[in-house]
Amino acid sequence: MSKEEDKGMHGRAEEFLQVFKKGAEFTQELMRENERLRYRIIQLEESQSNMEGFPASTDDNRKLFQRIEELEREKEEILGRIRQVEAENQDFAARYIEIEEENNNLANLYIASYQLHSTLDFKEVLQIITEIIINLIGAEEFAILLLDEKSNEIQAVACEGIQRDSVPHVKLGKGIIGEVARTGENYFVEDVSTYVQDFHKPMVCIPLKIKEHVIGVLVIYKLLVQKTTFAAVDYELFTLLAGHAATAIFSSRLYSDSERKLSTIQGFIDLLTK
Amino acid sequence: MLQYNILIVEDSPTMRQLISFALKRLRGIRIVEANDGVDGLKKLSAERFDLILTDINMPIMDGLKLVSLVRNDANYKDTPIVVITTEGAQEDRERALALGANDYITKPIQPNRILEVAKGLLRIA
Repeated sequence: MSKEEDKGMHGRAEEFLQVFKKGAEFTQELMRENERLRYRIIQLEESQSNMEGFPASTDDNRKLFQRIEELEREKEEILGRIRQVEAENQDFAARYIEIEEENNNLANLYIASYQLHSTLDFKEVLQIITEIIINLIGAEEFAILLLDEKSNEIQAVACEGIQRDSVPHVKLGKGIIGEVARTGENYFVEDVSTYVQDFHKPMVCIPLKIKEHVIGVLVIYKLLVQKTTFAAVDYELFTLLAGHAATAIFSSRLYSDSERKLSTIQGFIDLLTK
Repeated sequence: MLQYNILIVEDSPTMRQLISFALKRLRGIRIVEANDGVDGLKKLSAERFDLILTDINMPIMDGLKLVSLVRNDANYKDTPIVVITTEGAQEDRERALALGANDYITKPIQPNRILEVAKGLLRIA
């Protein structure tokens, strides 16, 4: 074999080796890809078998979620209702207290009115008015004044905590007392706590009225130590006193007068018939 | 049913009626009224009472004298006594409590206060 032939043979062998190497690399690459794909198949198979453990398909899950949402809504509604009922309970409790207070006030007014009309004795009527003013209103110093329609003068007929001669005789229309007797309108000082005692300027002056006809007034000069201000029921009691006390006083006076007249007439009759 | 006997000692009929009204909201109570301290003692000697409510300023025998006598009576030394009065000064309260009163209520009368005190002393829930 010549040198040139030998060279040519060597070159072809080199080429063949190169082609063979490439073929081997390609084969190895194919095997790796094959391996990767087989691994992927195993993974997918595994994940599919895991899913079989769950009962739910996507549809079942959706239903479950819907139910949870419904229950959540129901829970919110129930909680809202509980809050509403609690608020209603609080309202009822407050209303109960109000009604109880109202009931007490009505009882006080009923008892005051019942007592006022329980007698036709003038002195007893004055005593009952005094008791009501002390025990229900809480006044310590006050007076009951009646109007003399002949002289148009207002004079004290009963006093508590003060001397009767301390209470002024007032002409109808003069000063606070006279003005209350003339107009028939209640008078209250603006601030009880700052009131300074003045027999011409009482803390409270209430006309004793039969319809629009004033027969006298009630004046208050001092409240009990523990009574610092007037409550709503006090104003109702004043209104009640203005009417019922006046009627009770008027009836008892009328009754006393008629009793006196009756005994006078009886005396005459006895004289004539003897 | 348990019945409580309550004695009200008060010279004013209006007050007696008001106190009775307040107490009548309690179940199982019986109310006896007395006009003054002496009348109160008579009623106390006639029957057993579970609670005594008394005014201070009364004719014949005042409320403080009554409290003192009741407290010194072996039969009534533990019976609760409530003083209801116009006297709002602290020394009046202290005097009544020192004599043996269990509570001290000042006028003007508050039915709820009377009820609350009576329930507390009679141990009614």
